[in-house]
Amino acid sequence: MSENEHHIVPLWLYALIGATLLVMTGVTYGVALIDLGRWNTVVALCIATFKATLVVLIFMHVKYTNEKMTKAVIISAIFFLTLLLTLSLADFGTRAWL
Amino acid sequence: MTMEQQQNTASLGMWLFLVTEVMFFGGMFCAYLIYRLKFYNDFAAASQSIDVKWGAINTAVLLVSSWTMAMAVRCAQLGKQKLLILFLLFTMLFGATFLGVKAKEYHDKFVEKHVPGPSFVFNDKLLGHPDYVPNQGHTQMFFSIYFAMTGMHALHMVIGLGLMAYLVIAAGRGKFSTAYYTPVENIGLYWHFVDVVWIYLFPLLYLISRTKG
Amino acid sequence: MKSWLLTVDHKRIAILYMLSITFFFFIGGIYALLIRLELLTPAGDLVQADTYNRLFTGHGIVMVFFFLIPVVPAILGNFLVPLMIGAKDLAFPRINLMSWYLYIVAGVMLLHVIITGGVDTGWTFYTPYSTAFASPKVIEAGLAAFIMGFSSIFTGLNFIVTIHRMRAPGMTWSRLPLFIWAQYATSLVMILGTPVIAITLVLVVLERLFHLGIFDPKLGGDPLLFQHLFWFYSHPAVYIMILPSMGVISELIACFSRKRIFGFNFVALSSVAIAVLGFLVWAHHMFVAGMSVYAALIFSFLTFFIGVPSAIKVFNWTATMYKGSVTYETPMLYAFGFLGLFTVGGLTGLFLATLGVDIHVTDTYFVVAHFHYVMVGGVVMAYMGGLHFWWPKITGRMYPESMGKLAALIGFIGFNLTFFPQFILGYVGMPRRYYQYPPEFQVLNVLSTAGATILGVGYLFPMVYLLWSLRYGEVAGDNPWNAAGLEWKTSSPPPTFNFDVEPIVDFEAYNYDELKEIPVER
Repeated sequence: MSENEHHIVPLWLYALIGATLLVMTGVTYGVALIDLGRWNTVVALCIATFKATLVVLIFMHVKYTNEKMTKAVIISAIFFLTLLLTLSLADFGTRAWL
Repeated sequence: MTMEQQQNTASLGMWLFLVTEVMFFGGMFCAYLIYRLKFYNDFAAASQSIDVKWGAINTAVLLVSSWTMAMAVRCAQLGKQKLLILFLLFTMLFGATFLGVKAKEYHDKFVEKHVPGPSFVFNDKLLGHPDYVPNQGHTQMFFSIYFAMTGMHALHMVIGLGLMAYLVIAAGRGKFSTAYYTPVENIGLYWHFVDVVWIYLFPLLYLISRTKG
Repeated sequence: MKSWLLTVDHKRIAILYMLSITFFFFIGGIYALLIRLELLTPAGDLVQADTYNRLFTGHGIVMVFFFLIPVVPAILGNFLVPLMIGAKDLAFPRINLMSWYLYIVAGVMLLHVIITGGVDTGWTFYTPYSTAFASPKVIEAGLAAFIMGFSSIFTGLNFIVTIHRMRAPGMTWSRLPLFIWAQYATSLVMILGTPVIAITLVLVVLERLFHLGIFDPKLGGDPLLFQHLFWFYSHPAVYIMILPSMGVISELIACFSRKRIFGFNFVALSSVAIAVLGFLVWAHHMFVAGMSVYAALIFSFLTFFIGVPSAIKVFNWTATMYKGSVTYETPMLYAFGFLGLFTVGGLTGLFLATLGVDIHVTDTYFVVAHFHYVMVGGVVMAYMGGLHFWWPKITGRMYPESMGKLAALIGFIGFNLTFFPQFILGYVGMPRRYYQYPPEFQVLNVLSTAGATILGVGYLFPMVYLLWSLRYGEVAGDNPWNAAGLEWKTSSPPPTFNFDVEPIVDFEAYNYDELKEIPVER
């Protein structure tokens, strides 16, 4: 049984998350102007993942749902996307090894 | 079926649909990943030629629209019909703003001849590497991916605007209540998903390399 | 008529699908006939080379996208899923109807492509030929397949939600018929895989229309990127085809052995395992395409694993029959055919997974024989068995049993005569997709074409007597097979909302020990 009906996310939390998202966007841009070599991409993607997690958990109510299916569905999506990306990379990344 | 069961069922349906969308965009992320690794310098040079200011502004605009959408859903949960419509309209406004900025960006690319096709020419330099001559083919590849991904994203936003227009009309007719607001919740999920895609597109397309490194 | 075109009743939608899918099966069959006619002689004398390319492309596109993928899920699945779980309909009946309309739109587009000359890229649309050199018809054909993909996605989405949320009271996961487990696993693949081919086809269309050259070698585009994206779906797609068929076979073997499927849990979980493992093996279609040898090793290794759950099922079905009361009605004949032919097809898949062997036989008729054994000897046999088994439930009429047995036999003989010679042809080196061949291959080709004619009879004949039975067949009761399962506890055909009273399930699946009456002799 979903508790989405019963759980209303408090205003302050929505405001906090919204503000955090905007701040992190600024951080992303700011960090991009600092030369960290190959870590630039890592940092940028980590921040992006953090922002995406906030949107999914709070704005999309996943933190407040009792539905196991919702979480199973999200994890499957991430898993299969990762599969597509990594196994394709296994080909392209190792061609030069020959 | 109770209202709650119906909400659960519809919600599961929407989440499953979002999975298909993840895999759909995923194919393009795969193409991006492969070519970025292969042609890093050319991709960096091409990325540097798109205006990061507009990208950042658009990211902020879309995040705000995600917030207004979350607020709209909250109003639906609380039965606040007028505020619901207001927040939906704001979401649409920000969404339209995003699309307007995107149109401007596309126009800029057209003027600079960075649109893929017979008239593509790339004359920009790679930051910190004044002697490096970016490859015409590979930079055009970047822009092919750029237009494909942002274009597909923009198409999803247009569909989202249409869905929200439906919600505004339905809310205006008093269709929603604290007991029934399923379409608002589910279209909200869709809109947040479109936001999440852009959260990744922004660094991947605009921020490949912004330093002289 | 309007009540049919605007129906949201899953049973009617299943029948609408049956009509449209059967139509496309025959289109695909006509293509096959033309191919086999050309291959009667070593020289390319019936059609020109370009035309021949259009023939095998048309055969592939129609059979893969418009027949094999939807046949069991959209027809038998749509009809039976709500019935078997004790529900009134699917979770989203209007989306179900929309799925059918998407199929029709895609079908009309494809017919237009066919009528105006067709495409010659192979159903695999490989780049850069499809993006840079083939006729612009590729755009329309690609869009047709894209739309068909959405039909598939919505069916899968509907099934997953239905199976999760709409089971009757007492219908726990362990009491679900294996057909439902199979449909569930299939739906997982539909949801996760189809979008990838959707985007791939869209990218091909965008490249042709707007010069977004993602696969263009002049821009550095890699043809293998297309192949990775294409096969990421198209390999799991074959599990979309076979999993529901395996579900049908479980139902048939249980009924005609009067026994619960041996190792129920293993068979159920094998379905899910096949669905998941199916996503790990796609590049075995690309071993000689230029991919990295190390990646090839990984994919070859992973491909072997997929044989395990399939074999588990075959062993469990066999064990079910051991000490069961086996009878040989038409559906069971098709099930026997499936067991043998699917096993051959599956084993030859392992040969192909072996890198050293694959280099020798890839792109030859060995591959063609392999996939026809699993897709025709497997999927079509299972569908025919299921069609006969559930025909009384769907139509309220029995088909003539002796005709059914005869058709099954004709089909079996025709099938083997058509495709077994192709294993040999491939092994001795005849390439696929060629319209001419060295004269020493002619005898085997003639045998194959002869077989194809007999196989064709094996499909036309049931069309005739099944249609005949609608008017003149014996009227069927609720449960003419005395079979287990909720679908047999309601009338034939069922009332609009399936059950007069919502069923309460307090029995296990395949409770044949409780259904003690002797089945009617046919």
